[in-house]
Amino acid sequence: MIEIIADRFTYAVILVLMMVGLYAVIATGNLVKRMVGLSIFQTSVFLLYIATAKVTGGGPAIFDYSDLAARTIPEDAIYANPLPHVLILTAIVVGVATLAMGLALVVRIREVYGTIEDDELSEIDHDDELKKGV
Amino acid sequence: MNGAEITQLFDYLFMVMLLFIGLAIIRLQNLFAVVMLTGVYSLIAAAWFVSLSAADVAITEAAVGAGISTVLLLAAMLLTSGKAKPTTAFRHWAALVVMTAAGAAVFYALGDLPVYGAADSPANTGVGMAYIDRTPAEINIPNVVTAVLASYRGFDTMGEVFVVFAAGVGVALLLNLSGRGKRGED
Repeated sequence: MIEIIADRFTYAVILVLMMVGLYAVIATGNLVKRMVGLSIFQTSVFLLYIATAKVTGGGPAIFDYSDLAARTIPEDAIYANPLPHVLILTAIVVGVATLAMGLALVVRIREVYGTIEDDELSEIDHDDELKKGV
Repeated sequence: MNGAEITQLFDYLFMVMLLFIGLAIIRLQNLFAVVMLTGVYSLIAAAWFVSLSAADVAITEAAVGAGISTVLLLAAMLLTSGKAKPTTAFRHWAALVVMTAAGAAVFYALGDLPVYGAADSPANTGVGMAYIDRTPAEINIPNVVTAVLASYRGFDTMGEVFVVFAAGVGVALLLNLSGRGKRGED
């Protein structure tokens, strides 16, 4: 049990960070703070992917120009797995796109309702329904 | 102490800092402080990416995660409000229950993950390593991540551009950035 966790200590810490992000999303009623929680969760997922790509003793997958001229790589060279790096590069940019979209919605909600606390939002919606006589 | 051990110590330092910043973000009600700490969180994550030998990801995270995200959050905060209401007891306990349940599930699965840094894990033996072997002969540029991003998986990157474009159009429409037409009437 202890050994299993000791070998995967980095993952365990990253999972705790992920849970911190999850708590931040659920616990707060403020929409901007909720987006912050979402982005913490997201960064933790990126860390999990990159941590899996790590190879002990290996560096980034970047070659020397001399090796490249020979069109081959040294036999004993150790590199980190480049594929998760590429996937996370894409995910970071898409993450910012979704963050921008979410924040634009928050700004729009504030313009219409005058608040970004979700309990006040439900109250206003409830009052509107009552006024309409539903 | 050799280089690898010092890097490992830095990793532990980053973990502690990230945990403390995460907890501070949960506790704070002042949104300006929350937004700034999010930027710091991204920056420390970027530093950790360097020590996890993901140089390209670190550059992107520092520029996009710590830079553009912080600016966006700051702008949204200035356009809305600077203070969050304190968490109610009900929400606190509900979030704690969900967090504990989800945490128990992921920690149950933790044992199935490969050992940290293993070169023979399923994730690190398949197509990722094949890209390293083939890049010198097929693409002939030094950085394998660039080769995969722009050539082997170029369609992924094109899809990413579409997503960013769609998000840009969405934001422009939501905030009426063209300035034409009325809004806020209904």
